[in-house]
Amino acid sequence: MIISKHRAFLLLTAVEVAVVIALVVRARGVAADLAVTDILAKRAVAARLGLTDLAIWTEARYTRHPSQTDLFSPFQDFPSSLEHFPAGSVVGVPDLTGFRQPAEP
Amino acid sequence: MRRHLKILEFALSALWRRRFKNLAIVVVYGFTIAVLASILLMTDAMRGEAEQILIGAPDLVVQRVAAGRHDLIPVDYAEEIRGLPGVGEVSPRYWGYYFDAFTESNFTFVGIDDGPPYELELLEGRLPSAPSECAVGEGVARARSTGVGHELTLISHDGLGVIFDVVGEFQASSSILTNDLVVFRNADLVELFGIPEGRAVDLSVEVFNDGEVSTVAAKVKRIFPDTRPITRSEILRTYDAVFSWRSGMLLTVFAAALAAFCILAWDKATGISAEERREIGVLKALGWSTRDVLELKFWEGAAISLTSFLLGLIAALVHIFLLGASLLAPVIQGWSVLFPEFRFTPSITVYQLFVLGFLTVVPYVASTVAPSWKAAVTDPEEVMRG
Repeated sequence: MIISKHRAFLLLTAVEVAVVIALVVRARGVAADLAVTDILAKRAVAARLGLTDLAIWTEARYTRHPSQTDLFSPFQDFPSSLEHFPAGSVVGVPDLTGFRQPAEP
Repeated sequence: MRRHLKILEFALSALWRRRFKNLAIVVVYGFTIAVLASILLMTDAMRGEAEQILIGAPDLVVQRVAAGRHDLIPVDYAEEIRGLPGVGEVSPRYWGYYFDAFTESNFTFVGIDDGPPYELELLEGRLPSAPSECAVGEGVARARSTGVGHELTLISHDGLGVIFDVVGEFQASSSILTNDLVVFRNADLVELFGIPEGRAVDLSVEVFNDGEVSTVAAKVKRIFPDTRPITRSEILRTYDAVFSWRSGMLLTVFAAALAAFCILAWDKATGISAEERREIGVLKALGWSTRDVLELKFWEGAAISLTSFLLGLIAALVHIFLLGASLLAPVIQGWSVLFPEFRFTPSITVYQLFVLGFLTVVPYVASTVAPSWKAAVTDPEEVMRG
């Protein structure tokens, strides 16, 4: 059986839309589940320990605690800050190959 | 309806004749959409999660500023702040950073007040409640190969090795908050860091009425001009800005993808090939009206952009919510040695999809139809002669 091109296109589009809807519905379902369990548990951790920031970037004070950064200090660094001196754009990245990585679990 | 379907059939046949070129366009266009959608979905998911979790942050944090930078705050300030109307508990916070020479990574140490053994849902074991006990985040446990029932050796401020018993380990699902944390009793942390007596890193202030937090902050600033109060709404605003697609490296990726799309659309808009012009001329000579030709071009553009948009969107949804943004994670990671594994809480709205569709599909279809207009309104013979 030969299917006409427009039928094939409409069928393909319908399948794609169905996949998008399925992924969105699944994502929203997961979000709703997490909102009543995971998020509340994380909020409890933040409240008990008095945490103010997420533990994402650990390389500098101003990336570990962006909300506590003292933007007012002279010569201070902060996320997206302008480079203080031209040298900052010229100096190369330090050799990090000697940095040991965390052990695999 | 039948007429539209026939024109669609013809448009698809025309696309099929140039299938390799059109397939290349679908791949590039779909990839561009996938990059744009990935960034939008990821930043929205991270911002949503930060907003929901950090509601648990202190109402107000009071730092001291000395010589133009953050300094230790006298614990005596707490008494006076506690006397302000609407203020509840004022607790000194002890926390700081520790460079671990063994793993060459940075840990964050946090102190908690003494109290009864406290269990948290996301903590395997318990929080420290006796001297020389600690609880560690998943990243620290992995880096130092330790865990509940094991020990953690650290170097104190005076260069001496101190051994702590690990009594709790935070589960991996809380990594976004606890990955690099080591939690101690306040007394242990004060000793480890050598914080002078009567000083704390900052003060955590409880304000009963959320609407009064900024008023209390202003009063604290007036009483102690050397302090810097940070409200919870400021913390939330910070993360709103940090996880905006408009900031930092994500803007760079976003702008690059948008530029690639503009080049693609510009290429289409600046003219049609001689073959396409000849095709339009033949159709006109065969009796097709200008309206029919424009509808044909509309369907060609719509077929390409709709397919690309949907494929790109599917790729982005799978990438962010099923694969944990594995391709974008290295961009976000930066130089962090301890980096939490991302498990995004999906945040997706129909509005986002419409905005993305409107910004990409509409310009592409318009750039397909517009140059055909000129060819369609010209005399067929002139068009075929070129």
